[in-house]
Amino acid sequence: MATVSIDTISKRYGETVVLRDVSLSIGDGEFLTLLGPSGCGKSTLLRIIAGLEVHDGGSVSIGERVVDHLRPKLRDVAMVFQSYALYPHMTVAGNMALPLRMRRLRAWQRLPLVGRMLPGTRKADAEIETEVSRTAKALGIGHLLGRKPGQLSGGQRQRVAVGRAMVRRPAIFLMDEPLSNLDAKLRVQMRAEIKELHQRLGITFIYVTHDQAEAMTLSDRVAVMLDGELLQVAPPQEIYADPDDRRIAEFIGSPKINMLDAIAREHGLVDVAGTTLAIEADALPGTPLALGIRPEAFQLTEYGGTGALTGAVRLVEHMGSDLFVHLDLPGADHPLIARLLAERAPTITPGQTLHLGVRPDRVLLFAPDGRRLRPRRDAVAPVTSLREYGR
Amino acid sequence: MKNRRLRSNRLMETLAAWVLVGPAVALLVVLFFVPVGAVFLIALTDWQFGARTLNFIGLANFREVFSDPGFRASLANTVIYVLIVVPGTVLAGLLVALLIESGKSLRTFYRAIHFVPFMATLTAMAIAWEALLHPTIGLVNQTLGALGLPTANWLRDEATVLPVLAAIGIWQNLGFSMVLFLAGLKSIPRDLYDAADIDGADSWLDRLRTVTLPMLGPVTMFVVIVVALRAFEAFDTVKVLTQGGPGHASEVLLFTLYRESFEYLRTGYGAAVAVVFLVIVMVLTLSQARVMDNRVHYQ
Repeated sequence: MATVSIDTISKRYGETVVLRDVSLSIGDGEFLTLLGPSGCGKSTLLRIIAGLEVHDGGSVSIGERVVDHLRPKLRDVAMVFQSYALYPHMTVAGNMALPLRMRRLRAWQRLPLVGRMLPGTRKADAEIETEVSRTAKALGIGHLLGRKPGQLSGGQRQRVAVGRAMVRRPAIFLMDEPLSNLDAKLRVQMRAEIKELHQRLGITFIYVTHDQAEAMTLSDRVAVMLDGELLQVAPPQEIYADPDDRRIAEFIGSPKINMLDAIAREHGLVDVAGTTLAIEADALPGTPLALGIRPEAFQLTEYGGTGALTGAVRLVEHMGSDLFVHLDLPGADHPLIARLLAERAPTITPGQTLHLGVRPDRVLLFAPDGRRLRPRRDAVAPVTSLREYGR
Repeated sequence: MKNRRLRSNRLMETLAAWVLVGPAVALLVVLFFVPVGAVFLIALTDWQFGARTLNFIGLANFREVFSDPGFRASLANTVIYVLIVVPGTVLAGLLVALLIESGKSLRTFYRAIHFVPFMATLTAMAIAWEALLHPTIGLVNQTLGALGLPTANWLRDEATVLPVLAAIGIWQNLGFSMVLFLAGLKSIPRDLYDAADIDGADSWLDRLRTVTLPMLGPVTMFVVIVVALRAFEAFDTVKVLTQGGPGHASEVLLFTLYRESFEYLRTGYGAAVAVVFLVIVMVLTLSQARVMDNRVHYQ
């Protein structure tokens, strides 16, 4: 029905390449998020799907239909803008009715005064009004229909923008950073409402954001974009735990993943920060590697040595249930950040020497060019030498 | 103790406020309130410019103003002139602004040439127009004649003189309204046009009706008020080109005011005309602002 397929789309503005051969296919009813830092081309890609921007190469299909040369209104898509883009001179009802009026009424029926007298206008207008008020009620803005956008709060405007997009039942729902103008609390609430909306409507959603929390909580799949390239498309959990590229690992996760310089050695060992970890790296001995460890992948151990990182505590941040411990490692230019459970960690004070055990299966290895080096399946060696008493 | 300090603080603040607004207030009083008051007072006398004596004659000047057919004709001419110049300037300015904005090349050039008449001295321009409109050797009639179209004695014919003056008024103010509309067009968020495209309002007429015109509301209000005021003040072209003639066909309020006060030296009568003029302009400005404000600022 309403699948979307994007085939080697490219786009440049003058000399700047905005999109580099992006291909992606989105299933019917899927919630797909385009995630990336600002300037990565995600909004441009969304606008190309909507037909607001013309691409230089490749093609976009919606359903089975190639839509490259169709105007936005013929593509059966609706869009919610970051600024909401509500018409300030129209009431909420007028805003929501506009897409229906444009489709169902002819030009002369839309004329002020005269239009009302033409045959059929009244009936069509009445139907539109019914549909608008039904949609407004479903979104909890039924009581606001007579107001103008200037009289509404940010959250209400957002709902009106969603209502305007929803009212004509499009095949695809496009959202361009719809929550970024809201305050933090409202953003979490609207996030849940968007999720519910998707479940209720069951249509395809394409959602653009730079906020990883939105991407992780809302999506069926996340497409991570950087510098005009699509790096990985996968379910949120996989993006987090099993990234294809160093840049993805660094972009996703807060606090940021720890990246350490390491050297591959023989026999499934890796030298890092003055210690040796038993990790099977798919690289020639002597290759410089980047070793990524998520802050929560550490465990406190009693002893240093092989399989553990040792450093001096620089700073401790109490986050309630968790502790963020900043650790200076010998030979590392950034402090390492470890996230430890507060109740299991004894009092840690700055200056103290700490040993952190690392589970090899939680370590992500990256080649010098940023490509992920996945462990060979047969070579994941269980590590038994660690005596752990908490992470 | 604390109370006293608070009170002296407040005193200092009041003092500072007066010092700060003082110069502006003084200028307003000297340059505006006192002259306006003087005009009101003179309007109640029979003073003639240069005379050593004057008598208070109450509202006699006003009675004379309103029973004078010459003044009524002048008022009617002014209203007609304004009713041509304001819509003409607004529509032409909007059209030119839309055309410039929709094109890509030579924008600065078009902007400049349309703005030049507004910057030029109107008196000098009026003389140029006089040459263009000359009944026999003027370019306008020459062109019309060459095309086989009827010609006219534009500035000496009662039927054409006022429209021709209004056309010159539009020509002069066009640049001003164009510049304001251009600025207004620039400030319309792109998102609104995108939303209109997606909602299906993507023909030029629908875009104009859904986004452009409503969003230009505040600018339009400003242009209408300013151009209306400028049209009410029409004087230069009348003085240079027609002297209010033929007959009273092109006499406008300011010209009547000028002639009564400075040619016939009937200063009291002239002051009464000035008061009427002032009242009309004030009422117009206030009511325009009130009416349009409600429809134009979307709060």
